[in-house]
Amino acid sequence: MLRTALRNVLAHKARLVMTALAVMLGVAFVSGTLVFGDTVAGAFRGASAKNLDGVAVAVQDGGTTAAPEAKPGDFKTALDDQLAQRIAALPGADSVRPTVNGRATLAAKDGKPLNADADWQNLAVNYAPGKDGKDPLYPLAKGRAPASSGELALDTKTAEKAGYRVGDTVRFATDGPALTKKLVGLVDTDDPRVTAGGTLALFDTATAQKLFTAPGYYDEITVGARPGTDQVKLTDEVRALLPGEDAATATSGQALAEQQSREIAESTGSLTKALLVFAGIALFVGAFIIANTFTMLIAQRTKEIALMRAVGASRKQVVRSVLVEAALLGLGASAAGFALGLGIASVLPALLNAGGAGLPDGPLIVSPSAFVWSLVVGVVVTVLAAWLPSRKAARIAPVEAMSTVDAPPKTRSLVVRNVAGALLVAGGMPFMLYVAGLDKPAEVDLLTALFGAGLFLLGLIVLAPLLSRPFIALAGRLTQRLYGVSGKLAKENALRNPRRTAATASALMIGLCLITGLTVAAQSADRAVAAEATTGLAADYRISNSAYRGIDRDAAGKVAEVPGVSAAAPLASATGETRGGYLSLTGGDPATLGKVTDLRFTQGALADVGPGKIAVSSELAKERGLRVGSQVEAGLGGRFVDGVRKGATTKTFTVVGVFEKNRTVEQALGTLGDVLPYATDQKLDEVLVKAESGASGLDGKIRDALGNSPLLKVQDRDQIVASEVGAVGTVLNMMYGLLGMAVLIAVLGVVNTLAMSVFERTREIGMLRAIGLDRAGIRQMVRLESVIICLFGAALGIGSGIFLAWLNSGITGGTLPGYETVLPWLRIGLFIVLALVVGVLAAIWPARRAARMDVLGAISAS
Amino acid sequence: MPYAAVHAPAATAAARASGLTKVYGAGETRVVALDSVDVEFGRGRFTAIMGPSGSGKSTLMHCMAGLDAITSGSARIGDVELTSLKDRELTRLRRDKVGFVFQAFNLLPTLSAYENMTLPMAIAGRSPDKAWVDRIVRTVGLADRLAHRPAQLSGGQQQRVAVARALASRPEIIFADEPTGNLDSRTGAEILGFLRESVHALEQTVVMVTHDPVAAAYADRVVFLADGRIVDELHAPSAESVLDRMRQFEGRVRTS
Repeated sequence: MLRTALRNVLAHKARLVMTALAVMLGVAFVSGTLVFGDTVAGAFRGASAKNLDGVAVAVQDGGTTAAPEAKPGDFKTALDDQLAQRIAALPGADSVRPTVNGRATLAAKDGKPLNADADWQNLAVNYAPGKDGKDPLYPLAKGRAPASSGELALDTKTAEKAGYRVGDTVRFATDGPALTKKLVGLVDTDDPRVTAGGTLALFDTATAQKLFTAPGYYDEITVGARPGTDQVKLTDEVRALLPGEDAATATSGQALAEQQSREIAESTGSLTKALLVFAGIALFVGAFIIANTFTMLIAQRTKEIALMRAVGASRKQVVRSVLVEAALLGLGASAAGFALGLGIASVLPALLNAGGAGLPDGPLIVSPSAFVWSLVVGVVVTVLAAWLPSRKAARIAPVEAMSTVDAPPKTRSLVVRNVAGALLVAGGMPFMLYVAGLDKPAEVDLLTALFGAGLFLLGLIVLAPLLSRPFIALAGRLTQRLYGVSGKLAKENALRNPRRTAATASALMIGLCLITGLTVAAQSADRAVAAEATTGLAADYRISNSAYRGIDRDAAGKVAEVPGVSAAAPLASATGETRGGYLSLTGGDPATLGKVTDLRFTQGALADVGPGKIAVSSELAKERGLRVGSQVEAGLGGRFVDGVRKGATTKTFTVVGVFEKNRTVEQALGTLGDVLPYATDQKLDEVLVKAESGASGLDGKIRDALGNSPLLKVQDRDQIVASEVGAVGTVLNMMYGLLGMAVLIAVLGVVNTLAMSVFERTREIGMLRAIGLDRAGIRQMVRLESVIICLFGAALGIGSGIFLAWLNSGITGGTLPGYETVLPWLRIGLFIVLALVVGVLAAIWPARRAARMDVLGAISAS
Repeated sequence: MPYAAVHAPAATAAARASGLTKVYGAGETRVVALDSVDVEFGRGRFTAIMGPSGSGKSTLMHCMAGLDAITSGSARIGDVELTSLKDRELTRLRRDKVGFVFQAFNLLPTLSAYENMTLPMAIAGRSPDKAWVDRIVRTVGLADRLAHRPAQLSGGQQQRVAVARALASRPEIIFADEPTGNLDSRTGAEILGFLRESVHALEQTVVMVTHDPVAAAYADRVVFLADGRIVDELHAPSAESVLDRMRQFEGRVRTS
């Protein structure tokens, strides 16, 4: 049987090419993901190991020692010089490296902030020289280490990005105003945050302490051990020197490495898992092609199989020969797919880094398990997909060996299939309807809805042959009118085997359903967010701090002086507790606020808000039973210790108005004077600016008026909306890319079906050529069949995608007020055009084969 | 007319070959299938081409029908010289001037009997001549089977549809390649009867390739082919006379 199977694979290699390609692409996706995941995790582990090199114990400040209101420069941590010296005196300690860690956002040489929106990646640390006077973590590449308060060093890449050279004056900011220091040296680093697009600035220890802690204080001390010292014991000894567990913690280097390694594994693991979902979708689509191919191969081989049965092969042997053939195909294609996956995994990091992903360098890691899993997945999917067709082979009766050439293929009734499909569709609906009816769907409900959607789609796939008839009859009417006999023949060909047409179209449907569903949901969400972001927003510019460190309270006054500015409204916020629960109190200036936001009052008016008098949103009023005249007692400010607010000041306010909440004021509005004392650092959150009509391009002038700190963020209206809508578009594009593989495999499926159909219809095509259909007509016939199949797939996919997105809008829109399913007509049109183009492209090769057929050979083919 | 009409001196023949030579392969594998054949197929006549396997009878038909390229010589249908035509023009010619009946019926399983019959006209984008098609349908006795698919018809009925398809476009000439090869003798006789009737009652021209003397006996004239040459012909044949000639001629071949 193995020999028969092998012979069959080899004999039909031309017909198996597309199927092998489909398996190969799916497996390449899987193996590429696995190898990429291993490689990236390995590279991260390597980078983190390098950073932890020589660290036996790490001591970190717990942040509880400093006074509650302490400012940078006066932030006295639990780690001071004295402690460092005591640790250094421990017998096991070889080196002690006390460090100060902060953040600094740099301005490039042209004044533009660098990586301002990812402030956590913009490291600022002290240059901590070891015994030899050099910092082992930051080897100098050029110049010298910073040695005085007027100097700093940068890492080479940061300097290059910013356009600074040694000797230049560098502008930067750590919390508010711009600072300048002279660049005296460049260092190398492979800190993953920096390689991922961040920046690194180094100061001498005293300067770093002034900027982030307090003179003589550190926030981390790393300890190197003498050779032969037990890390755990040393850690215990260090811990004994610490003031208390809250104040500071000591962790051994090993534990730290394990912890980082675990975190890396978790984050790359979740990335790998997400990618594997898409690989799974691609393989699922591939399964349709495999099943279709084997069904067609078995139909073509009916006589051969019947002959084998007639000469004594058992049903089991027939089934086994088909499955072995599938396994061989799966194995070969998987091996090729694995090789392709290696290629993908080796270029992917470089590709992602070009897009700014900042993955550390590392060798390609090919684990045996990735290899084994890729092959197993490929073979199992192929064999499973061939299983149903193999049952068909078993049903072939020996007597069919003697039947005439022209015995029409028996068409099995679709009744059972249709009933099953209807049941699946009907079974999926209640799950989705249940979730759609929920007010606040939870994560479990999302799974329920997914399950329902899965059943629904499966049912649709099962029903596809039934649905294909009316669709193709309708489409065929059009092709017949437009293209005459070729159009009619194309329609009849697409109709003659509904199962085959349906399986081919289903493969395309899956990808398009997901693409359409995601597009509809994403665009609807986009629309809702954008609408919400601009509701009531009348401001032309928003000024804020890109590191969320607040804006100085006098900023509004300065901006108001800028020519072209009509109003500058300062906004602050304080949080507090009332008897009814948490309260977010926004502070504004009633005189200017009305010019930048359109607050709609249902009771009272903006002008009524004054000292001790607040307005509340209608939502809050309803929730807490407040109305005009109510008294609200709130404990404002303070800070959280173990989840409890401590040191809050109790204030009593009178409600003077009720407004409809918007993006600018969510819960309650008071005066700036009432709120600012309880705001973080007594700073403003933002300043909203209304420009005089006709004035534009004010952002530069506003920046200048406020000192142009790199942390200053000035957004115009479009940028405000874009920042709210944010990454939806990027994520959607990534999804398109990932689902593109599923669509590509489906296209291979269309090529495959057409090529095999053309082969099966050799005699018919020969006859058509003989009685006068020219080559162009034959090509047209195949092309139209392809287009009809693809459009059917597109109709199913786009239709179900829209339907599912609409039905599940409760989930996508659950947290978005004003969410409404909007149909992105342009994109949908684009998808339909895409399906048309795919249909035409998929037909190129099969149509050419059909048209080039030798007429005489074709007519007499058996 | 898209193809250049070459006017023959006197075109009484529906099709004519002169010096028709067909060679397959080259060098040691060179096979001469037709060796300078001169033959005419008279208009309104039923001609049978007979000969043993490998005699070149099918090749002659294929060359005359524009299905196969000619090595040298000339083949004409009506006054059109086939050798000067390109593939597209040959296709048009087959569509408009030639009808085919194949051994294996060769119907499209997706189309009804009526649609199969009128397929050549559909390809040409012409509407069928209603009265003519009705007459053919009546002649072949398919009036109550027009909406059936080939799979719902018996072998004989399928071949009747094929004959009707060949007749429906009222071609210059109909080529039939072993039209009874896949049928039992009774249904075969029926088909041959229709072919003869289409010549005599409907004034069509039929050229039929066969190796069956009984089938050949339905023709007005039998042309015998051996080793790529016309070796004999017989007018108003009977099965016996054809068989007789075959024997003589086979004897001749054997003794030569």
